Amino acid sequence: MSDHNYVPTSKLGKWFNDRLPLLTLADHLKEYPTPKNLNYWWTFGGILTFCLMTQIITGIVLGMHYIAHVDLAFDSVEHIMRDVNYGWLIRYVHANGASMFFLAVYIHIFRSLYYGSYKSPREVIWIIGMIIYLLMMMTAFMGYVLPWGQMSFWGATVITNLFSAVPFFGEGITNWLWGGYSVDNPTLTRFFSLHYLLPFLILGLVVLHIWALHVPGNNNPIGIDLKKPSKDTVPFHPYIVIKDLFALLLFLIVFAFFVFYSPNILGHSDNYIEANPLVTPAHIVPEWYLLPFYAILRSVPDKLLGVIAMFASIFILVILPWLDTSKIRSAIFRPIYKQLYWILVLDVLILGYMGAMPAEGTYLLIARAATAYYFIHFLVILPLLGKREKTLAVPLSITEPVLGGSPNPQMVKKRELG
Amino acid sequence: MSSIFLTKAYSAGNKTELLTIDWSFKGFFGKFDRGSLQRGYQVYTEVCASCHSMKYLSYRNLAEEGGPEFTKEQAKAIASNFEVEDGPNSDGEMFTRPAKLSDKFVLPYANVEEAKVSNGGAYPPDMSVLVKARSGGADYIYSVLLGYEDPPEGMILDDGVYYNKYMYGNKIKMPKQLYDDLVTYNDGTLATPEQMAKDVVTFMAWSAEPHLEARHKIGFRALIYLFIITILVYFSMKKIWSRVESEV
Repeated sequence: MSDHNYVPTSKLGKWFNDRLPLLTLADHLKEYPTPKNLNYWWTFGGILTFCLMTQIITGIVLGMHYIAHVDLAFDSVEHIMRDVNYGWLIRYVHANGASMFFLAVYIHIFRSLYYGSYKSPREVIWIIGMIIYLLMMMTAFMGYVLPWGQMSFWGATVITNLFSAVPFFGEGITNWLWGGYSVDNPTLTRFFSLHYLLPFLILGLVVLHIWALHVPGNNNPIGIDLKKPSKDTVPFHPYIVIKDLFALLLFLIVFAFFVFYSPNILGHSDNYIEANPLVTPAHIVPEWYLLPFYAILRSVPDKLLGVIAMFASIFILVILPWLDTSKIRSAIFRPIYKQLYWILVLDVLILGYMGAMPAEGTYLLIARAATAYYFIHFLVILPLLGKREKTLAVPLSITEPVLGGSPNPQMVKKRELG
Repeated sequence: MSSIFLTKAYSAGNKTELLTIDWSFKGFFGKFDRGSLQRGYQVYTEVCASCHSMKYLSYRNLAEEGGPEFTKEQAKAIASNFEVEDGPNSDGEMFTRPAKLSDKFVLPYANVEEAKVSNGGAYPPDMSVLVKARSGGADYIYSVLLGYEDPPEGMILDDGVYYNKYMYGNKIKMPKQLYDDLVTYNDGTLATPEQMAKDVVTFMAWSAEPHLEARHKIGFRALIYLFIITILVYFSMKKIWSRVESEV
């Protein structure tokens, strides 16, 4: 933090700030030097903060009307839709808000992959981000169970059953998760409790995520280290605030379109049928944002290995800063990585599509190839590419695009020392 | 159970194109056709209600804004045609009384088992949210209501099973319901099967989404507001960023 010397003008402000430096923090947030060449892909951090707050606020209101009981949950959701004032609006914002949240988080993650934001010195920001993402998936999964429709029940059954693949303890773990011998009332009540709890853990991690960001400062499209503050930076307020606001408003237009004109298009019609343990839906599918992982899970013929592959696909993202050996951050200066990046995007989209298709025939073959490529990209290509790739010359600064500068002085320094 | 996620077969439904009509409630300004809703209620109550419940509707809903908008007196009169059990009274006895606006729609059967035994083992689903619970929505239910045909050659149907072109799996336990002049509409509309199907599906679409009209209205206002404020913020942003030479 570059602004420890902030002194409030008023006497009261000074008195308070000496005891709890909130005003210093506010001043830091206002003056925080931000690269001035950030593009719109950098606005999704703010959008995600908005999404989290929206989910928490609408969720708290829904929690006032929802009843976590197998006989009443479905009815209570209909009660919200029909009899609670603007209950339909609050529920549709919450349900579509989850999808919007994931849309934004995927853009945010893929922005980081393109511009190498996960690399030194930002590994901790990235790892905290991955923990947030994992908690988001858990929260969303448990939230989808709460309306107690057919997809809620059967989705919960399929996912909790994954743990039965654990050798020796599998059955014990699953029964412990369920609180019984099948998905039932104890499962619903604990999912509700955890669905209420986890967003606040996410909120805490978001604070750490931003704190960790404010130590090295933002990465930027050309991926070089900047002197801060300098001609290359602008203060966060008003420049970034107004730009984030503009991007958020564009995002809200899309959001509003879903909420008001296609509120159910992202959900599954079976979830408007009350859960029935005796009737299995023809085709159990998770929500769209979990489909790539579902495809990985199903493409491995062995159940235990499938579960391991699914968790591994997330875990390799956590260790990505050490898998990618390239010293250059931004894909702009990595001609081969740039192409492989888009192939990875395509690969994940294919996985998502295959997750929605039946796991048989050609679909299964394509899903397997896409799964294999996903792991090869991270475990084989990235470590080798970083050492072999001929990168382009990187400018020294944003304002003075002099070529031939050191791509990442800090890392070079580290190498010299070590 | 353990291998559900690996072996769940995808039962590929038939790819028959659904019948579709120009529903008044679709689109940006979509609203329910009031007359169609009132006729739809008549079809429901005279034809469907003997087997299908609509447990999330109350009689008061019939008089509410955005619904069939019967007058309060009409809705009260409708409610009073039904008997509900109430109590216990001061003697500790349960008693029956005519339904009031605040009562839920009376159910045709006491429980699921009774519904099944009266319908050849099939449970007539509750119709309150059925439009949202079927892929294809209003079009699908409209199609099923009109999709009864003779089975294709070679298909043997059990007793009490009927062939339906649009039904998932083509077999349905509900016999064909809609015949010409099955109901007599007060407003003189000709009661063809197509007309009755359209009316009852409109009624079901409303019961599945009773605040649809408010949603469309508020949504339109919200979007207009968002467009205006987005433009204003865009120009503020341009102005602020003009102080530094970078483009936004």
